[in-house]
Amino acid sequence: MTATTQDADAAVRSHVAVGHPKRPFKRYFRETGWRHLIGIVMSIFAAFPLLYVFSASLNPGGTLVTANSLFSNFSFQSYVDLFNRPQQPYAAWFGNTLLIGGISSLGTVFLGALAAYAFSRMRFLGRRVGLLTLLLVQMFPQLLAVVAIFLLLSGISEIFPAIGLNSQIGLIMVYLGGALGVNTYLMYGFFNTVPSSIDEAAKIDGAGHARIFFTIILRLVAPILAVVGLLSFVGTTSEFVIASIVLIDPDKQTLAVGLYQFVSQEFSRNWSIFAAGAVLAAIPVMTLFLFLQKYIVGGLTAGSVK
Amino acid sequence: MTTSPQTDPGPLRQSARAKRATRIADAASGGWKVVAAKILGLGVVDAIAIYALFVLVRSESWLVAGLVVFVTLLVNWIYFSRGKLPAKYLAPGLIFLAIFQIFVLLYSGYIAFTNYGTGHNSTKADAVNALLLSSQNRVADSPSYKLTVLEQLGELSFLVTEPDGSVSIGGNERPLEDVSNARVEGGVAVGLDGYTSLGFSDILGKQTQIAAISVPLSDDPNDGMLRTPDGSSAFLYTSSLEYDEAAGTMRDTNSGTVYSDIGTGAFTSDAGQELLPGWKIDVGFDNFIRAFSEDSIRGPLISVTIWTFAFAFLSVFTTFALGLFLAIVFNDKRMKSRKYYRIIMILPYAFPGFLSALVWAGMMNQEFGFINVVLLGGAEVPWLTNEWLAKGSVLFVNLWLGFPYMFLVTTGALQAIPEELTEAATVDGAKPWAIFRFVKLPLLLVSVAPLLISSFAFNFNNFNLIYMLTNGGPRDVSAGVNVGATDILISMVYKVAFVGANRDYGLASAFAIIIFLLVAGISIISFRRTKALEELN
Repeated sequence: MTATTQDADAAVRSHVAVGHPKRPFKRYFRETGWRHLIGIVMSIFAAFPLLYVFSASLNPGGTLVTANSLFSNFSFQSYVDLFNRPQQPYAAWFGNTLLIGGISSLGTVFLGALAAYAFSRMRFLGRRVGLLTLLLVQMFPQLLAVVAIFLLLSGISEIFPAIGLNSQIGLIMVYLGGALGVNTYLMYGFFNTVPSSIDEAAKIDGAGHARIFFTIILRLVAPILAVVGLLSFVGTTSEFVIASIVLIDPDKQTLAVGLYQFVSQEFSRNWSIFAAGAVLAAIPVMTLFLFLQKYIVGGLTAGSVK
Repeated sequence: MTTSPQTDPGPLRQSARAKRATRIADAASGGWKVVAAKILGLGVVDAIAIYALFVLVRSESWLVAGLVVFVTLLVNWIYFSRGKLPAKYLAPGLIFLAIFQIFVLLYSGYIAFTNYGTGHNSTKADAVNALLLSSQNRVADSPSYKLTVLEQLGELSFLVTEPDGSVSIGGNERPLEDVSNARVEGGVAVGLDGYTSLGFSDILGKQTQIAAISVPLSDDPNDGMLRTPDGSSAFLYTSSLEYDEAAGTMRDTNSGTVYSDIGTGAFTSDAGQELLPGWKIDVGFDNFIRAFSEDSIRGPLISVTIWTFAFAFLSVFTTFALGLFLAIVFNDKRMKSRKYYRIIMILPYAFPGFLSALVWAGMMNQEFGFINVVLLGGAEVPWLTNEWLAKGSVLFVNLWLGFPYMFLVTTGALQAIPEELTEAATVDGAKPWAIFRFVKLPLLLVSVAPLLISSFAFNFNNFNLIYMLTNGGPRDVSAGVNVGATDILISMVYKVAFVGANRDYGLASAFAIIIFLLVAGISIISFRRTKALEELN
């Protein structure tokens, strides 16, 4: 509450200065004070679960019960233990998640940008039908076809084990199947805002389509590429359904699959180790988010105002 | 339609000369790097395709091999020919889309018409084999066969010296064949050219693997199998089931019961008892008929569908309401340090969703969770295990997860509404609430409507939240399928197909198709209404 009172003091002073001597606090509260009150309540609501996990992760050997005494202990033992569990290879999960998420999102951005460029700059037979089809196919999310994906991959693994079940390459390929779609739409909209006179100028200067695409257009649309890349990175790193049926060996699994199984097997006993794992898993994503916050908000609202 | 305004300046077609000039310019400007990258890329694709062809031809998968040839030729044709620009840019994405979205969609459709699942996942021949293998018993007075375990390229074989002295070799499900060139020591064959004989320590190391091998005596599975308990002598095992290939029946030699193929994908006795594993057959509309006519499936399907719509709608509504409220509260320039509030309130959106659900599951634990133990002083409220409380909890956690997104979006949309409108309305004497209700909200809804629709679609398939928070539970014990009170359609499909001992791929795919038809129908209606597609022109 100190923030409120300080602000209140400030408000009192400013109101005195402008000449509202009568009951300044009430007026202040009516205008902005209550907003701070809501802000504080909402901040607690938003941040509390995160503080709770953080505190649980610092409680060595803690269970669900001990996690309830917030910040009573300070030790990084759980973080050390996390990496010394042969049954739950956390380091491998972490690496796999970054690798699968990174490659899938790069691939998604690249494939999506290629398609968006074609749809935005070229007029060809079937363009409108193609755009509509993409929209329609999205209505059947890959999640629903999970049985068919599983059977397709198990069929592939009888012939090419390297890209079938229990293969990370196979999983990445499945994710790339969804590269066209919503992403292409987002990019297509952005590509359209880049004036095509730029392409024409480059063409007159003798640049071919590939050079125009790779050296000019891709740079101009970098913000949307970043947003799509980030969203697809976040999407693939927390994807559970397909990853859980494709990746079988613990060494090959991702954080979402591994941590879920860890929690569902030993729920309350190793809560602090899980909490440590959760904190570490959240760090890369949250860092990216806070760094790219402006672009994301811009991308979301641009999408909405369009 | 076919040519763009920028390459086709008027109704007149480009002259052949101009076209050629463009092409030459195109080729000259590409630079050797682009050409090199193109050749390298295509080289890699072709190399992989040729490798794949070798493997496919060897395993006699002619259809797939044909497809690989077709796609490879198509890709080469697209990239080596001049022009076909759109295809060059679209092909990579489309190939993945075709395999992992469109093909799997059609494949789901096919699976929905089969009885694919636990006990029905292979051909009839495989099922016969598996049945004979699984019901083996050692023949009481079986002679002992001397045995040497051989290894070749990681595959184990048995070199068997039969009681009459003849030597033969066989492997797992690979019948014995006579050999003549084996090395024999003391009347027992101990080695064969091209194979490595396993020593005692090797046998110890692969004990379980060796014990699992059963070598058929001949092509007729009824003759029995050789199995070894120790890796040095083998005994004859015969199946208590006897397969009559001509009649297509299985006979249990102990009880005399005859199981016959009555077209349900498993050998069934007259009394209706099935032998499992069975095999995969096409069952036509059976799965759909089951979904709609069997009470123990139809009930859960209906209640899950209703809950899915309720959940998706309430999720959008609650998060939007809270987000909009906060956006209005913080959209006041007189308020200080708005930036910090905003950063804190973004945190739930930035925290990976599956982790949030697991953390909340811990906090809402009935006995040990923070909410019950600390906030409610030890009350044991069944947040996640009572049907209605679990539904409420799911919505509450989703509110925590989703309000930041709506807050960001509505803040942006509110700021895009011109200030003059408010001023004009104020001059006309409108009260703040009226301004909001009749001026701002309609404008806001126009701009955020597409996002609300996509948010609805997202929550319609919000698997992670449901599965990680409540696991779909509490379980509905009366249901014929594995579903609970908070399951949504997508988690029901997953659970029917992959959770528990009884996996029913056919039924799960039928559910998926039903969901698809439902969603497609709704989308078409809503698209017609919003005419969202008009801007595609």
